[in-house]
Amino acid sequence: MLTAPTATTPLAYDVERLRQDFPILRQTVYGKPLVYFDSAATTQKPTAVLQTLQDYYTGYNSNVHRGVHHLSQVATEAYEEARRIIARYINAAQSHEVIFTKGTTDSINLVANVVGRKLVRKGDSVVISAIEHHSNIVPWQIMCEEREASLRVIPVSDKGELDMDAYEKLLDDSVKIVACTYVSNTLGTVNPVQDIIRLAHAKGIPVLLDGAQAIQHMAVDVQALDVDFLAFSGHKLYGPTGIGVLYGKSEWLDKLPPYQGGGDMIKTVTFAKTTYNELPYKFEAGTPDISGGIGLGAAVKYVESIGVANIGAWEHELMQYGLEKLGEVEGIRFIGQAKNRAGAISFLVKDIHPYDLGELLDKQGIAVRTGHHCTEPIMDFFKIPGTVRASFGLYNTKAEIDTLVAGVKRAAAMLS
Amino acid sequence: MTINEIQDELISDFSFFDEWMDKYEHIISLGKNLPLIDPQYKTPENLIKGCQSQVWLHTDVVDGRLVFTADSDAVITKGLVSLMVAVLSNHTPKEILDADLYFIDKIGLSTHLSPTRSNGLLSMLKQMKLYALAYQNKAGSAS
Repeated sequence: MLTAPTATTPLAYDVERLRQDFPILRQTVYGKPLVYFDSAATTQKPTAVLQTLQDYYTGYNSNVHRGVHHLSQVATEAYEEARRIIARYINAAQSHEVIFTKGTTDSINLVANVVGRKLVRKGDSVVISAIEHHSNIVPWQIMCEEREASLRVIPVSDKGELDMDAYEKLLDDSVKIVACTYVSNTLGTVNPVQDIIRLAHAKGIPVLLDGAQAIQHMAVDVQALDVDFLAFSGHKLYGPTGIGVLYGKSEWLDKLPPYQGGGDMIKTVTFAKTTYNELPYKFEAGTPDISGGIGLGAAVKYVESIGVANIGAWEHELMQYGLEKLGEVEGIRFIGQAKNRAGAISFLVKDIHPYDLGELLDKQGIAVRTGHHCTEPIMDFFKIPGTVRASFGLYNTKAEIDTLVAGVKRAAAMLS
Repeated sequence: MTINEIQDELISDFSFFDEWMDKYEHIISLGKNLPLIDPQYKTPENLIKGCQSQVWLHTDVVDGRLVFTADSDAVITKGLVSLMVAVLSNHTPKEILDADLYFIDKIGLSTHLSPTRSNGLLSMLKQMKLYALAYQNKAGSAS
């Protein structure tokens, strides 16, 4: 029996103590203390994760699921324990509903591929939103083109919020799946995913959530949401790169065909017929990213030790402080002003090119992201070449925001 | 001035700055003085498209020498473009083709620029050399 992670009230969120867990943050860049505001691209890794990777490679590196020897059994147990930890973190009903993938993109491609083959016929459609990352656009485009289906897009307001009335109207009998991001990586918008799921389910349509920018900021309970599929990446959740998760309800995963063929996903193979392995192995062809999976398990345990609700509360405080302080910068324009937001602040200053601003921030030791953040359609919507994005992690401080604001002011003065 | 004399002068100008922010200040001010491209030449054909910013480059031939004008939507890029224009403009195709642009290293641009920027700088150099080559071939076949 799995239980949901419980949030405790943050009596005192000791960010300075938590920063000690991240050795990479102790460095200087161009002689300035590193200020890392690019956690939406990837988060830094705590010692607990680094040590787990080291222990794996020095202590029990071995292939999983097949070996009878000791190391293989230790590795298999650690890998499957990681699956159970992740299942508990997202409150999956069963741990075999957690499929290890390469990341969010891989997870979405998996669903697009198998749902396409099983459910989508000529004339059908798929619904996504206007604020999706390319990873949640292109796989559906490819699938729709192959199946002669069409892609429908939920429109967005100037504030960066989805038009839910328009969404409801899109949901007719032709819609076979809704794929929507939980939190926008560019605008920080937190979408009303409960409503998105409820409205789709009322018509019997399954929903995939792209949780890449949600899973590290808030408690995501797949059973409470009643979501059919959830995709996320390990490296944005303080874990290693190259590992990700696809959660799927077993009723869906059982009836969908396998994605890739190979080792581990089969039960028996003859040249006449192959029978597929049970979940989750049916969707995990080949040798998996063993160290990545185990490392991600360690990352989730680390996050649970702080409490994701506590992390979210702290980041919310940073967000409010950041919006207030950055708001003092002359000529600043926030891109995306949703009421409900998490993780990132996107902005432009006067008519300064985001690339110029980003480069001068870098020279002051401040890492931000510039550009279209792989969300070109939404940049076109706002008619801008890109934004400067400051995104938060559990280790960021208010003093760092002050440094960012001073850096933006200095850069803007130079560039105006 | 020869290409190398211009490069040496640039290197000496930049040697006055210890801090990278000051070097950027200088690059930005150079960008503001860049001979601007005639708007009619801001066409897709003249666009060197990078990942993050755009550069337009136009080439005229005056008395057998190539004259470059350029513009960019990003100010720092414009400054970098102006360095390239300052060094290579008003020289013969042969001089441009033979040029060894050591100033990029000496100023520290190759190590301090973000990779996308230095790639942009290199594609710009490549484009300028291509113009020189095209013009040299044309002049060669005409004579």
